[in-house]
Amino acid sequence: MHEWALADAVIQTAVEVAQRESLKKITSIKMSLGELQEIEREFFDTALNELMKTHGDLFSKTKINIKTIKTRFKCRACGHQWKLSDTEKTLDEETRESIHFIPEVAHVFIRCPKCKSPDFDIVEGRGIGIDSIVGEK
Amino acid sequence: MKDPRLSVIEKRLKNIGKIIAVSGGKGGIGKSVTSSLLSLALSKKGYNVGLLDLDLTSPSDHVVLGIKDVAPTEKEGIIPPTVNGVQFMSVVFYTNENPTPLRGEEVSNAIKEILCITRWNNLDFLIIDMPPGIGDELFDTIELFQGAEFLLLSTSSKIVFETVKKLLLLLQELNVPILGIVENMKHYDNGYIKNMCKKHHAPFLGEIWFDKNFENAVGNINKIMDTQLFKDIDGVAENIV
Repeated sequence: MHEWALADAVIQTAVEVAQRESLKKITSIKMSLGELQEIEREFFDTALNELMKTHGDLFSKTKINIKTIKTRFKCRACGHQWKLSDTEKTLDEETRESIHFIPEVAHVFIRCPKCKSPDFDIVEGRGIGIDSIVGEK
Repeated sequence: MKDPRLSVIEKRLKNIGKIIAVSGGKGGIGKSVTSSLLSLALSKKGYNVGLLDLDLTSPSDHVVLGIKDVAPTEKEGIIPPTVNGVQFMSVVFYTNENPTPLRGEEVSNAIKEILCITRWNNLDFLIIDMPPGIGDELFDTIELFQGAEFLLLSTSSKIVFETVKKLLLLLQELNVPILGIVENMKHYDNGYIKNMCKKHHAPFLGEIWFDKNFENAVGNINKIMDTQLFKDIDGVAENIV
């Protein structure tokens, strides 16, 4: 369950914030998941809940807000922009699994739909990010 | 937006005794062969060893060691497969040997992702096969692998050492630990690299003679271990432990 490692990263970040800011409780974590990485939400939520339990009362009042960001690509060669849904029909299950582990692998398997270049930016919706962590002293 | 992966990377690496980044600034000076065989040599000495191929656009350690038909397993992250006693991680598990065109920022992102999700099991040594160049991967390695020691490779050539020297001077300027310099692909004995080590205050870790028979052993561990090249690298390993 690779989602566990990513959930671990989120909780570790919150613990560091709590230590740095002398927070007794983390009350809110707002975060984003990029569509490209296809995080399995059930596994991810379970991992977050289990990991929060290992830190005493620190996360006893925590509300976690997770939004999913649609993936958008932009070709560096021709400037064309497209969405993951425009190309995902060309990706088989094994390929999607590879991108799930390392999103940059998208450059191996995805091409600009207009000019076929592999030289594109993942403008948004790549992977995991934390927007805010709030707590009380 | 904060990148949470950075918070967990230190935790992933905390049970590693010594991290050795095999570098040299240039391509084609034997980083992959040296990294792979150094891992093997240390493993044969009884140490727990990991090998991380960070040459993301041109990984080749799996070719050197003949690693195929294995894959990482998932358990609270990614567990690297253990092959011939060495825990091995490479982007090749996810690229299926296709071309991997990545720009600098994407290389950095992929390195962070790999470090975030890979769970090494109590390593005495982690050997990192570094890509050529003094760019993103070098700075990522210095930043993310706190305490990593650099093993620099050079051939006997003054031309090659000119590039190696630039890397050496940069690492010294940044106060990055330098394990030493290994003279690789040696054809003749001119003493140049030893002299340069003295001049630049870098330990000389040993020499690896060019072995024309090595190519026939690539991919076959038993044949590799019979080569003079492996014996020379085993000598370098002795100097490291």
